[in-house]
Amino acid sequence: MIKNKFEELEKISLLLRRKIIETSHGAKIPHLGSCLSCLDILVYLYWRELKIDPFDPNNESRDKFVLSKGHGAPALFQVLAEKKFFSKKDLDEFGKNGSLFHEHPPKPGLINGIEAATGSLGHGMPMALGMALASRIKGIRNRCYALLSDGECNEGSIWESAMLAASQKVESLTIIVDYNKWQATGKSNEIFKLEPLIDKWESFGWHVNEIDGHNFNEISEAFRDAKSNNIKPSAIVAHTIKGKGISFMEDDNNWHYRTPNDKELENALKELK
Amino acid sequence: MRAAFAKEITELTKRNEDLILLSGDIGNRMFDEFKNISPNRFYNCGIAEGSMMSVAAGLALSGLRPIVYTITPFTTLRCLEQIKIGAAYHDVPIIIVGTGSGLSYAELGATHHSLDDISIIRSIPNIKVLAPCDSNELVVFINEALNNNSPTYIRIGKKGEPIITKGIKTLGIGKANILLEGTKNLIIGIGPIISEALEACDYEKNKFNTCVASMGSIKPLDTKFLKKMSERNFEKWIILEEHSKIGGLSSAILEWKNDNQINTPKIIRLGVEDKFIHKLGKQNYIRKELGLDSSTIKKLLY
Repeated sequence: MIKNKFEELEKISLLLRRKIIETSHGAKIPHLGSCLSCLDILVYLYWRELKIDPFDPNNESRDKFVLSKGHGAPALFQVLAEKKFFSKKDLDEFGKNGSLFHEHPPKPGLINGIEAATGSLGHGMPMALGMALASRIKGIRNRCYALLSDGECNEGSIWESAMLAASQKVESLTIIVDYNKWQATGKSNEIFKLEPLIDKWESFGWHVNEIDGHNFNEISEAFRDAKSNNIKPSAIVAHTIKGKGISFMEDDNNWHYRTPNDKELENALKELK
Repeated sequence: MRAAFAKEITELTKRNEDLILLSGDIGNRMFDEFKNISPNRFYNCGIAEGSMMSVAAGLALSGLRPIVYTITPFTTLRCLEQIKIGAAYHDVPIIIVGTGSGLSYAELGATHHSLDDISIIRSIPNIKVLAPCDSNELVVFINEALNNNSPTYIRIGKKGEPIITKGIKTLGIGKANILLEGTKNLIIGIGPIISEALEACDYEKNKFNTCVASMGSIKPLDTKFLKKMSERNFEKWIILEEHSKIGGLSSAILEWKNDNQINTPKIIRLGVEDKFIHKLGKQNYIRKELGLDSSTIKKLLY
């Protein structure tokens, strides 16, 4: 029985992987590898973790999620459409001239479910921290989340806000690092010495979980644990695979910028069954 | 001016519970009373201005009204992209206050001079750019900005700036204030350096019959006022600012003049040339070196 606990989420992930790849192929949207590495985390957040009503997306007491790695927007848009924040038909316009749906999340108010404009790395996490502080000031008992890329941890503002969140003991803030080991042009740890990443977050005063970011059991346990601590902000370092789900994309950084041709689309969809 | 800022927001926090003050580790003791009154509405965000500005964006997106305060170069250029996205693109009511603007920190050198902030921030959509000439204008601006739903940048001095709007009911954002009436020449200025212009006129006597106005609101620009002034028969206009000649008030006025095909008399621009200042000293020394002091202005008024 326990084995099937996340069967629904696995099915959704499979479905959305197909849609992300189809969109990337049709509208020539890049960052495919980055979208596929964080998809399982997004699916868990929106189906099991976040208290957000898609039909009342601006409710003041909602949980808030900021896609700090804004280039994961093609994955987030599919998730939000599947959750009915807007019509799936809206995504027919994805990538077309004049559409709101392009490569990054725009400012809130244009697309339901988007909490902040991201795409410039290092902005989303401190904005989520500001949202968490605002809730504390207003006495709203919600939680705020930000999803970061490992490359994004190059940005100084990530560590600036990490120290502020710790000094202010903002325990309602959880960040997840989509640790797929690659950034735009190379291996994350060769470009910037991220490791030891767990120790870094701990030494910055955070409560840390290290998980397999494609294992729903581990994702679930980490979010449960993050909520159980009431002193520190929480970081979940999720080991992921860039291009997860497609054998010829996995761990191949060419898919940071490449989009699939007709043959590659066909082969990819064959694997996602 | 910074003391007037602290005093005003200490009053405002008593009746506006949405007002949140973020400081980049400056203002030692200045905000003690504010903190006493509203301990959970003051955050020292450390010497980390990028993070501070994004935190302000998160607060503002959640319906609060953050005021971000630190020394001008650090609350503008240091976190410029966070202003562009977090404040301006989101179009949320963050008030950014830069203290020690222009050459207020003259002796601290190029790192602390801010002679480019107006030019750069003015090119970002949605954000208002204000440079009050004294504490009275500042107080009016802050109160009005707190009631606006879009971001505002307010560039203020440091301490000891004279009150030059005595007896004048200063108008708010988007309005010029006439500080001295006259018919021969017109001086339009921004910020505390207008006191140099008033001194040049020999304020009490106004012996050169000069009209002096504060254009504290650079964006939006009071174009009605400018139009009206263009219809008066001044011999010349002098535009005075403690800011680069590139992109500041004089640029804004010339853009308006060009785009609307307005006839004006000769316009003399008094601002900082396109170079860094190496030989330091007191603010009044550097103003003199740059030809922005009262005696230089006086020569233009005969």
